[in-house]
Amino acid sequence: MTDTQLVIIGSGPAGYTAAVYAARANLSPVVIAGSVTAGGELMNTTDVENYPGFPAGVQGPELMESMREQAEKFGAEVIYDDVSSLKLNPGAHEIETALGARYTAQAVILATGSAYRELNLPNEKKLSGHGVSWCATCDGFFFRNQHIAVIGGGDSALEEATFLTRFASKVTLIHRRQDLRASQAMQDRAAADEKLEYLLDSEVAEIHGDEALTGLTVRNTVTGETSELPVTGMFVAIGSDPRTSLFADQLSLRADGYLNVEGRTSKTAVEGVFAAGDVIDSVYRQAITAAGSGCSAALDAEHYLADLESAAKQSGAKAADATAIPAPVGS
Amino acid sequence: MSTEVTDATFEESVLKSDKPVLVDFWAPWCGPCRMVSPIVDQIAEENSEKLTVVKVNTDENLETASKYGITSIPALYVFKDGEVAKTIIGARPKPALEDELSEFI
Repeated sequence: MTDTQLVIIGSGPAGYTAAVYAARANLSPVVIAGSVTAGGELMNTTDVENYPGFPAGVQGPELMESMREQAEKFGAEVIYDDVSSLKLNPGAHEIETALGARYTAQAVILATGSAYRELNLPNEKKLSGHGVSWCATCDGFFFRNQHIAVIGGGDSALEEATFLTRFASKVTLIHRRQDLRASQAMQDRAAADEKLEYLLDSEVAEIHGDEALTGLTVRNTVTGETSELPVTGMFVAIGSDPRTSLFADQLSLRADGYLNVEGRTSKTAVEGVFAAGDVIDSVYRQAITAAGSGCSAALDAEHYLADLESAAKQSGAKAADATAIPAPVGS
Repeated sequence: MSTEVTDATFEESVLKSDKPVLVDFWAPWCGPCRMVSPIVDQIAEENSEKLTVVKVNTDENLETASKYGITSIPALYVFKDGEVAKTIIGARPKPALEDELSEFI
């Protein structure tokens, strides 16, 4: 069992930014980064063009490596392991990892991020890795000169779609509404892409294929009419859900499933437990907003730990006063 | 330790092996592949008597990757007597991988 002041769970922009601030405040944070998810979602992206300070853009993995390096430089300890159990006890929260390491922490920052949403259609799981994919940068290469469908209408979907046109013969973006949610910059880029076509007001009704994906049945959400789309690749980018399973039974969640924090702070319902990044943010969900909220969480944790320490000093001083009273003579 | 296998050496090193062979299909641009690679190395080291572990860079060895229908990486395939005996798609933590590979290690 290792006793610590602060454990940070998660290592996306929120977790690593919290680690930079906490390490600089001499809190010696331990970051439990995840064994295969360290660096978070940006590890699966290529060009990040909207993170301030990089006018030429920066590769997602490179940005995350730099954040980790910066946190370690100031004394954060990064552990490549997964939290298997978390028991929130104010004063000494208990954390156990999949490989059997155990920590207590006076303060915890939860930066567990979010997980890709699935379509929840038959065949989706079976054909995962056989045409159905969630990571364009990992898998796009395997679909050279093939027709690919991208599902979704947000920034991620458009980014994947424009990335995939490098390899594909054609990319069809399927979105269940008429209007895309993606930013104007992203939409402009997509509009200029000759290999990209749109099926709007449409959703995937069926996924076909035995050993590998052979096509989709697409339903028009307005007319209800269905049509067949003979694609051999499908990339799903319909958003993500906050990853809360570690603590859902110990903390208050909002109706939409996100972790609840107090006002504009990072404070959760349990003393000494703070949260940052996508797990609390259903609205903005950007690398920079996650980093900003990681900073807030580290500052909140720092103040909490300082208050804890001064309270301990005061009660320590009182205890010292009490022991200073001379013992009765003759005892 | 795991070794790199190519299109040219795949048959000899993997299909004709006496021991089961775990093949880690990866590529340099794949973030999750980089994360799972050291875990695969550990499993290789700890189970070297029972399991041979090799890596195939799919960027340079597309023939083997397409022969086995690889479209998502990391993909971990176990070959036994020249046949695919197990497929694991996507990066997993070590305990989860050991669990899935339990019949071979």
